[in-house]
Amino acid sequence: MNPQLFALAIFDGIAYAALVFLVAVGLTLIFGVLRVLNVAHGSFYAMGAYATASVGAAIFAAGYSPWLAFPLMLVAAVLVGVIVGGPIEKLLLSRIYEMEEVLQILVTFAVFMILEDVQRLIWGAQPFFEASALMALGNVEVFGITYTAYQLILLPAVAVSVLIGLRLFLRRTLSGKLILAVTEDREAATSIGINAERVYLVTFIVGASLAAFGGALASATTSVQPGMGADMIVLSFAVVATAGLGQIEGAALAALLIGLGRSFAIYLWPELEVLIPYLIMLLVLLIRPEGLFGKSRTRKI
Amino acid sequence: MQFNLRTVVPSLIVLAVAVLPLLAPTTQVLLTLALSKGLAVLGVIVLLQAGQVSFGHALFFGVSAYAAAFVGKGFGGGELFSMLAIGVVASLAISVVVGLFVVRYRHIFFGMLNLAVSMIFFSLLEKFYHVTGGSDGLSVARPLFLGIEMEREGFEMVLFYLVLVLALGAAWLTHRFLNSPIGNMMRTIKTNEVRLEYLGVSARNTLLVGYIVSAGLCGLGGALAAVAQGVVTPEYAWWIRSGEFVFIAILGGSGSVGGAFVGSLLYEAVRTYASAFAGDVWQMILGIVLLFVILFAPSGITGLFARLTGRKASPASEEAGQ
Repeated sequence: MNPQLFALAIFDGIAYAALVFLVAVGLTLIFGVLRVLNVAHGSFYAMGAYATASVGAAIFAAGYSPWLAFPLMLVAAVLVGVIVGGPIEKLLLSRIYEMEEVLQILVTFAVFMILEDVQRLIWGAQPFFEASALMALGNVEVFGITYTAYQLILLPAVAVSVLIGLRLFLRRTLSGKLILAVTEDREAATSIGINAERVYLVTFIVGASLAAFGGALASATTSVQPGMGADMIVLSFAVVATAGLGQIEGAALAALLIGLGRSFAIYLWPELEVLIPYLIMLLVLLIRPEGLFGKSRTRKI
Repeated sequence: MQFNLRTVVPSLIVLAVAVLPLLAPTTQVLLTLALSKGLAVLGVIVLLQAGQVSFGHALFFGVSAYAAAFVGKGFGGGELFSMLAIGVVASLAISVVVGLFVVRYRHIFFGMLNLAVSMIFFSLLEKFYHVTGGSDGLSVARPLFLGIEMEREGFEMVLFYLVLVLALGAAWLTHRFLNSPIGNMMRTIKTNEVRLEYLGVSARNTLLVGYIVSAGLCGLGGALAAVAQGVVTPEYAWWIRSGEFVFIAILGGSGSVGGAFVGSLLYEAVRTYASAFAGDVWQMILGIVLLFVILFAPSGITGLFARLTGRKASPASEEAGQ
């Protein structure tokens, strides 16, 4: 492997890891607070991508500036989070927190099935491709390699700001502290007057918006087609489990690990590309059963 | 003689399923596939007794289906029973290896690790297409039945009744297994694992036994489905397929063995007719049905039936309904 390919693999890995991180961090945030593993999370990713690509294609065709793609991504992400994610938590998940884990996962699995068809009904089965945002930022040259600025600079920058922003939000702001309090002990938090139901709703919307944002950003780099949500959810599960459930910083590291592993596999051993995330996850869990940063829970008798 | 709804209705269902292909031949393949899937669902139900859900049990369905297909290819047509036997043995062997690893985990990690292993197998099937035929899969030629070569109609008929007999046998054996001491120990893993260990029982070994049993059931279903369908594709081991098994288990009722088959018959019927009449939204219909079952009838159809007849179906279903 020559140095150029090596650098290419690293760039690919980082760009990919940034996208995966956005989805995985939403998943792990929701799990950390609601204790529900959200199988429908991949659908938010797909819907964010679809919304951005379809609306983008329409407004750019009408002659508007391609720079509008960036605010559009943010708007699409928030809208998907609020319009799709909000009702799901409010009407459905809020009824199942007392149920056993298996049933909770199945409820989100059912939501996933429903949303897959909703996407097909709204956007059809034809793939969308809308790369105006990618073109608008142009290319950069690093180590003699020309790479798109969008993937090399923007995506990692967004991922890092989300990571830092989320950390500051949880530790420094009142709403963030309320979320942490409810995560720690819902009953005690409720007894001192914290509206836990609202915290759950807000967390779910934020998590869903992050996934949709990941999708919106991804839409510029790949064609948007049915099945992309299903692929992403399995991958982000792998990231979240590798990191340890509910670990935000851990998810960043695991995403990087898996992203780099995958991109090196593409250059060195393409057959293994799809396997790498799962192999990494299996290896990590074999050595650390609760994930890289997960804490083992005490057993209750 | 006492008229007992609880024994009469299941017998009537079995009778109806047995007679239906004679009256409506088009339903035969559908029923064969539904019952094969029902065997895999039965495997998932075994694990659900221990409170564990696997999102990767299609692995064993797929391993066995491919093993059967390879036997068929390697021995020019193959023989039905040897294909089934080798399919089941292959999935049992894999389940021991995977099981030793995954029984150390519980709940979400258990589910996710199973998912990961099945995804690895799925990708291998897709990537190594010179061996597995890639995403097109392998065709499974119609095998001999006890050394006799049969015409298509005759073979399908024989296969259907064979599946029916195997399903009934498997249901009975699984019922016995779940009510045996080890079955009860598995239920204790769900209610209180630490207490089980205080009794000197290894929870891991107990779960491993359950895991192997469940993989064997999935394997039997997979090999039968491969023969019935005449083709195996990586889709056999896909995670959506695993999710489907869990879905059917909850739909039918995770507490009793009958639920697996009632659920899979209903599921296949809805799926076939919904995809014929409402092509684009059948997945949505299934999702909505699943939501209704979980929210309003968490012990599934068999649980609902038990409630209507005013009796408890079995101690297990009572637990699942909690």
